[in-house]
Amino acid sequence: MLPHKRKRALPTLLPGVGILLVSGLAQAAYEINLNPPAATITQEIFDLHMLTTWIATIIMVIVTALIIYSLFAFRHSQGAVADQEFHNNWFGRWAWVLVPVVVLGIDLSIASSASSTLSSVESHDKADVTVNVTGSQWKWTYEYMEDGVKIVSNLKKLEPTDPLYLRDVDNPLVLPTGKRVRFLLTSSDVLHNWGIAEIVPKKISIPGYINETWTHITKEGTYRGQCYENCGTGHAFMPAVVTAISPDKYTQWMTEQKTQAAQAATEASSDKVWAKEELVAKGQEVYSKNCLACHQAAGQGLPGVFPALAGSAIANGAVADHIDIVVKGKAGTAMAAWGPQLNDLDIAAVITFERNSWGNTAGDVVQPKDIKAAR
Amino acid sequence: MSGAVAHDDHHDHHGPPKGWQRWLYSTNHKDIGTMYLFFALFMLFFGGAMAMYIRAELFMPGIQLASPDFYNNMVTDHALVMVFGMVMPAAAGMANWMIPMMIGAPDMALPRLNNLSFWLLPAAALMLILSILAPYIFPDGGTPVNTGWTLLPPLSVQAGMGMDFTIFAVHLLGVSSILASINIVTTILNMRAPGMTMLKMPLFVWAWFFTGLLLIAIMPVLAGAVTMLLFDRHFGTSFFDAAGGGDPILFQHLFWFFGHPEVYVLLLPSIGVLGLIIPTFSRKPLFGYKPLVGGMAFLATLGMVVWAHHQYTIGMSLGATNYFMIGTILISIPVGLMLLNFIFTMWRGSLTFETPMLFGIAIILMFSFAGVTGVMLAVVPADMQYHDTMFVVAHFHYALIPGAVFGLYAGVFYWLPKWTGHMYDERLGKIFFWWTTISFNITFFPQHFSGLAGMPRRIVDYSIQYTEFNVISSIGGFMFGLSHLLFLYIIFKTIRGGAKAPAKPWEGSQIGTTGLEWTLPSPPPFHSFTEAPVVK
Repeated sequence: MLPHKRKRALPTLLPGVGILLVSGLAQAAYEINLNPPAATITQEIFDLHMLTTWIATIIMVIVTALIIYSLFAFRHSQGAVADQEFHNNWFGRWAWVLVPVVVLGIDLSIASSASSTLSSVESHDKADVTVNVTGSQWKWTYEYMEDGVKIVSNLKKLEPTDPLYLRDVDNPLVLPTGKRVRFLLTSSDVLHNWGIAEIVPKKISIPGYINETWTHITKEGTYRGQCYENCGTGHAFMPAVVTAISPDKYTQWMTEQKTQAAQAATEASSDKVWAKEELVAKGQEVYSKNCLACHQAAGQGLPGVFPALAGSAIANGAVADHIDIVVKGKAGTAMAAWGPQLNDLDIAAVITFERNSWGNTAGDVVQPKDIKAAR
Repeated sequence: MSGAVAHDDHHDHHGPPKGWQRWLYSTNHKDIGTMYLFFALFMLFFGGAMAMYIRAELFMPGIQLASPDFYNNMVTDHALVMVFGMVMPAAAGMANWMIPMMIGAPDMALPRLNNLSFWLLPAAALMLILSILAPYIFPDGGTPVNTGWTLLPPLSVQAGMGMDFTIFAVHLLGVSSILASINIVTTILNMRAPGMTMLKMPLFVWAWFFTGLLLIAIMPVLAGAVTMLLFDRHFGTSFFDAAGGGDPILFQHLFWFFGHPEVYVLLLPSIGVLGLIIPTFSRKPLFGYKPLVGGMAFLATLGMVVWAHHQYTIGMSLGATNYFMIGTILISIPVGLMLLNFIFTMWRGSLTFETPMLFGIAIILMFSFAGVTGVMLAVVPADMQYHDTMFVVAHFHYALIPGAVFGLYAGVFYWLPKWTGHMYDERLGKIFFWWTTISFNITFFPQHFSGLAGMPRRIVDYSIQYTEFNVISSIGGFMFGLSHLLFLYIIFKTIRGGAKAPAKPWEGSQIGTTGLEWTLPSPPPFHSFTEAPVVK
């Protein structure tokens, strides 16, 4: 009692699906493959990736061929009679040994090349440059350990039609080519993952722990990646961008950075008393870089997720409470402690800005020395 | 109560109680199986609606429909609903219906426990729905559950009240699965008919035996992990907070100790269904019954000790990483053994292509594909590039939709005649097969490419270089979603009527197996096997 057979559709469509499955991965065009490697270590990984891709493709071709052949050759409608003793022939008796042995052979050859690449990824040779990469909700902070220079890297806001939409930042990490660069990865709040496929294998940023990875960039250029570990509301909006330049240009760039940093530090630690307008203007800049992602452009926040600053009890209440929450953060929420991240002037400016904007009428002015006292 | 009175009562209660009491108080394996299956069907549409929202949001760059947190809430609950609400209850429903009939038992070993394990599920579903609504209905609801189904701290500690409801839902789902598994394993060990030795059991029974053992081993670990999370959130313990001496990575180890075997919990019942369907429509015994049983045992064992391959980027020691890599690659041995056994069951057979068989063949092909991308992902240095990209999303949807969900669809078509007493509409069944299989591939195949090109998972918005693949994926996704309305129609059409199904609707269904279930009429009587059948 069999339902009637319909044999037309199967032989025509199933091979189609099979070919679709197999052909895709075999094409090595870069738009559909891993990004072209631009460092020694990622080149090694890329080669490994292509090896496993080809093995995968060949296995799929064999499996698909076996299945398609049996679909044609052993059709009931063509009078095929089932061989009831097939599983008792020599192949049937030994396939359970043969198949695992063949698969084990393939497995071990993949594992051995993978293991040697893994040793390169995990090698701890002496590095020329060490960068501390800190992920926070939702930006990256880079610190050059040898030079003491710090870069805060925020999403550059662009329209969804721009080719660099969600791919560009205000301050990229600048690295020299031809040098071994070590990355120390950590986080200030939740898990993040700093991933730029062209130049560096991923490692997770864990709050309270330090992970390590490295690169040796071979080509100058700009390399773009983003955060690869779900970190909440702004996860889609924290690109990671590296600009690789020649060692000479790098040295020059580093000198400029140091001069600028020194100027900013002098300015921040001077005893100068700032005018309200100066602080509000500077505060607006600091706000849009650091606070806007959560508290929004008009200080309205996101209801239920991020509190509004416009009209809030803290921005209109005692100034000490306001300084306290900005400097020390609020445990158990996304509100970070900004004390270690911003200097006294920036914090003073942003608090002054918040207390005098969006209809907030506290009206007071906070000076850098107030912040120093509150730390 | 004297024996005589009890005897009279017994005579008054032939057949099931009427109305809602039949279902609420049910201790009958077939009724409970039916309830499990309908619950799973409902959750399929619930979780499917979330998937439709996800594809609509990703149709174009830019934020289209709702906030990033709502998006990630849907990603989280799509996974939880599909894994715990759909695949596991559907597989448990099939186990309830078929295992007692397959081994010649009158019912499950623990019928009241069976009732409890089902009725915990609607309560858990309610908790899950509350977790979605919490941010909107409670004044201090906080952030939606935006972590993904892995619920990783510290992000899950930041989330609002919805996270607590999710944790309670996971507790209830866990208790339900543990009870169901204890029941199934006990039934298999104790309720077999005379002569039904372990090595005569149909493959589906073996598959559920290993599934049950896995669930009993792993579910308590998940329950412990989410309880620790609850304590971190509310009682200031710092299990997962480095600032208090804890470690966020500890949660990942606990979660994946559950999470990886869970993948096999989802796959094995479908492998068991495949082990019945392929021989039936090839009219030839399984090529290797014992290797398949051994392969499943090997798979279940190995699956328990390779969990950290989900966390290659956490910075483990070189030795540990190598161990997890090689262990994971070795999984290809039992999986390869299974797939080749199915292929060689078809080899020199006599094949017909009814809907269950079409699904069976598609599963072998597409699950092999998931297998080879699985080996690619197992290679640690390469995984450091693939990690948390859409490539991973494509891989596990290829593993879980053909490997688990299509296996369940195949089972539904294979057993619908037995369950309802009516043949389903073969023409509609085939249309459904081609529609789902093609649209599934359109949905998920392009995600391999967007993933390799670097598109992360769990992002609400993406840069324009990924647009084309996402448009294709979304169109395929909508087609895939729509095909399930046909599935629903076929099921209800078959329940309401159709050609009368004989006791054995498939010519080859008893080849190479005892097939006790096919000796009963379709549909089987309310109480099957009042006298134990003897298996020779």
